[in-house]
Amino acid sequence: MSIDNLSSIILTLVTFLPLAGGLLLILFPRRDRDIRIFALVISLLTFAVSLHLPVHFQRSHTEFQYQIDLQWVTTPNIHYHMGIDGISLWLVVLTTFLTPLCVLISWNSIHERAKEFFILLLILETALIGVFTSLDLFLFYFFWEATLIPMALLIGIFGHERKVYAAVKFFMYTMIGSVFMLAAILWLYAHTGSFDFVVIRDQVMRGAVPQFPAAAQWLFLGFFLAFAVKVPLFPFHTWLPDAHVEAPTAGSVLLAGVMLKMGTYGMLRFNLGLFPEQSRHNAGWIMTLALIGIIYGALVAMVQPNMKKLIAYSSVSHLGFVVLGIFSFTQAGLNGAMFVMLAHGISTGGLFMLAGILHERRHTYEISEFGGLASVMPVYAASYLAIVLASAGLPLMNGFIGEFLVLSGAFQARAAYGILAATGVIWSAVYLLWMYQRVFYGKVTHPVNNSLRDLSAIEKIAVWPCAGLALLMGVAPIVWLGAIDPAVQAALTPLTRVASRMVGR
Amino acid sequence: MIIGPFLPAYSRILPQSADYVRVLPEIVLSIFGMIVMVLEPLIDEKKSQKVLGGIALAGALAGLMATWLMAQSPGMAFWNTVQIDGFSVFFHVLVTAIAAVVILTSYEYMSVQRIRAGEYYALILFGAVGMALMSSAIELVLIFIALEISSISSYVLAGFRRREASSAEASLKYFLLGSFATAFFLYGVALMFGATGSTNIDQIGKTLLAGPIPLLAFAAMAFMFVGLGFKVAAAPFHVWTPDVYEGSPAPIVGFMSTAPKAAAFAVLLRIVFVINVPGKFWLIWISAALSMTLGNVGALVQNNVKRLLAYSSIAHAGYLLVAFAASPGLGTSAAMFYTAAYAAMNLGAFAVVSHFANAGERYVNLEDYEGLGRSSPLLAAALTIFLLSLIGIPMTGGFFAKFYVFSAAVKANMIWLTIIGVLNSGIGAYYYLRIIVAMYMRESRRDVPVAPVPTALAVAIAFCMAATLYLGIFPGETLRYAQDSAQQLVQQAPPEAPAAAPVATIPATL
Repeated sequence: MSIDNLSSIILTLVTFLPLAGGLLLILFPRRDRDIRIFALVISLLTFAVSLHLPVHFQRSHTEFQYQIDLQWVTTPNIHYHMGIDGISLWLVVLTTFLTPLCVLISWNSIHERAKEFFILLLILETALIGVFTSLDLFLFYFFWEATLIPMALLIGIFGHERKVYAAVKFFMYTMIGSVFMLAAILWLYAHTGSFDFVVIRDQVMRGAVPQFPAAAQWLFLGFFLAFAVKVPLFPFHTWLPDAHVEAPTAGSVLLAGVMLKMGTYGMLRFNLGLFPEQSRHNAGWIMTLALIGIIYGALVAMVQPNMKKLIAYSSVSHLGFVVLGIFSFTQAGLNGAMFVMLAHGISTGGLFMLAGILHERRHTYEISEFGGLASVMPVYAASYLAIVLASAGLPLMNGFIGEFLVLSGAFQARAAYGILAATGVIWSAVYLLWMYQRVFYGKVTHPVNNSLRDLSAIEKIAVWPCAGLALLMGVAPIVWLGAIDPAVQAALTPLTRVASRMVGR
Repeated sequence: MIIGPFLPAYSRILPQSADYVRVLPEIVLSIFGMIVMVLEPLIDEKKSQKVLGGIALAGALAGLMATWLMAQSPGMAFWNTVQIDGFSVFFHVLVTAIAAVVILTSYEYMSVQRIRAGEYYALILFGAVGMALMSSAIELVLIFIALEISSISSYVLAGFRRREASSAEASLKYFLLGSFATAFFLYGVALMFGATGSTNIDQIGKTLLAGPIPLLAFAAMAFMFVGLGFKVAAAPFHVWTPDVYEGSPAPIVGFMSTAPKAAAFAVLLRIVFVINVPGKFWLIWISAALSMTLGNVGALVQNNVKRLLAYSSIAHAGYLLVAFAASPGLGTSAAMFYTAAYAAMNLGAFAVVSHFANAGERYVNLEDYEGLGRSSPLLAAALTIFLLSLIGIPMTGGFFAKFYVFSAAVKANMIWLTIIGVLNSGIGAYYYLRIIVAMYMRESRRDVPVAPVPTALAVAIAFCMAATLYLGIFPGETLRYAQDSAQQLVQQAPPEAPAAAPVATIPATL
């Protein structure tokens, strides 16, 4: 098959390959080993196929690529319209990269109902990819909601003690947030006759949507609320620590690594894309909330006695950077936001895996239960250190690049924001390194910890790619930014036009 | 001999063969119902279940075929009292299909509950006759008669668990309140006749459109709405629903919550959109908002799954009513699609519930569902899909149903009603989720025996599941049909407010 042919169906292939694998898995007999291997093969295959996307991506083009546009339902006018640009490209690859690692990390930790687990994991992967690839608002909402069920089930069935509470809370928060987006989507359809993102955006830009100026603020808020819950932006973040602490490791990895990015991706694509003027108007309070998230998340993370909760709150802080970068409306800020999304996906995914490995051995996440592990589990400690440093934003690691870009963007927008946000970098070093010190250095305080096994081969295969990639992204960010930059520039164009119009007035 | 010259005159008075074809499904269903009644005392009691149920099933399937025949000759019948169009064909198919599925689910249920009564199946068929007729009748008096046929069989069916006090209570409650409601409807018909001098819906519509609207018409509309609102369990006429659903046999609840509702909604659609009384907008707006809110809030605290689904059916009546406040064309098609999707998912849910219930309906509480995901994974998975559809999750019929309804509402600029609706569907997710949580995320505390699924029930569940998923993945075909028939229906209705869609073609650089 020629490259052109493949390019037209590649997104469909990448999106639905995991689902097909999951459905095939239903037919498998309950032999856990076969099921695991098959899930791994499918997820690796998906990753391999998804590498086609960056390889053949036209970096200089700003319009959507690999597009496929078929009529799904005639009335209402729903299309199966998929396509990616530099913004969604890497998020898709991030998803396909993390899923095989999730399969590996669950290799030995999921004993019961392994079949259901891997089926749900693969279905979740399809839904997550679909969110990033769909360009039809209906299709987007479809996948958006579809991510909920497998994730809630993963938390609720395979989670820890308070799993049911966490699963229901997660589900209800997201569900109620997203119905407002549905209302906004319906409004847009009623007034444009289309669900197609590109069509609606063009109509909005030309001012061809009736009653749009009056409704735009509400529509903006409708979308924003759904995304803010997902990010989660302070004060909608309370579901996150619960969901993370109770979720199984693979669930946490995908939740932090990919699912939170659905929110920031949505802001970047839909809030900025469809409502540039309202984005400008609302940027003030949104950036304030983001700042509160950065600092509050970091402070709360610092005092957590529970390792997983600490990582969860660090996500609140990091995602605050992303939102800050997006609403700074600067090239650097948006590039940085995109880069933090990817870097956070890799490093926090890695941290959750490492926390899960420890939990598997000791069945606890309490930091005080550990100490002096560096002498008992040297390989584990070294891997942990690499990822902690990446997450804390050490130069030459991926966290640094993103945070630096966001901060420079924030400084351009308003110096005070930059200064306050910069303290977040310090805080993250504090809570992460302090946690590292308490867990790994000093004497072994609990005798049980003396007999802990170091990383097994499978765990190494799961964790090391994260560490390696964190370094690679820190050393050669241009590989990623090369595709992100033009897309971000295109996303900013309408905003600068709005800005000049506002100044002109 | 003498008749000869008068033949033309007679032919105007006597029904033609086409007239009979246009009520063929009703005739076929009635005949099969009567066969069941006649055979019931003749067959050995032990064997009667299988045989009579089989005949009833054959009757429902024959009814479907008769509907196909009927669909070939659209038009008026019996002196403009019955109208066969795409709209009535749609509801005929729906009602007979529901009857067939309910008969399939009842086989096992009846033998487990040790209810031996052939008239059970006959009553389902007779009920279907009334409901089918409701959807094609355009004469208010005929609608009333059809409504009574359907209601009376429902009253009796509700009381079929004769050993249970709750079933008798359900039957009596349903009967008393139901008769009260039908009286309201009849009163409305009488007032409408007084206001317009006609009981024909088309005629009434024309009269009201032509001149000033008499005050009486408003009252008539309100009374008719009370009667029909009761039948569809819309708030504030919903109070009977939880008790009746709790007491009635589970398959019958599946039947009552879908078929008569669909038929009553069909009548309501004709009345609301063809008889154009101003003021009905607020009537429907308030009732829709109330139904959604009260239904969902009520369901939050229920522990009995049947009661929970009863409140959910109130909420769904509310979602459906939202469509009635929209413009006629879009509203009608959205409502039609919704009734079909709701029938598929709700029947499926009740089929599973009636299987779990076991003898004497012992296991209908939320605790009894704990751990079912492990002990009977297939049934639990089926119930999960139906519940997800009731929540309105993508890939299921329930999602598209809600989507179309709210889409129609937004197009009619009813932003507030839409927001109340979507918010409610968010809240509603919680109680359906409780059942899923119980099945998958909790360990069973009680020993709940689950019998293997008999073939008939498996067929019924598979059919409902296929319909739910079909409507969720390929909704286009059904929706197009609904839109075409809605178009025919509203032709005589006042012109629709200009839809916003064509705006897309206006050049922007004006």
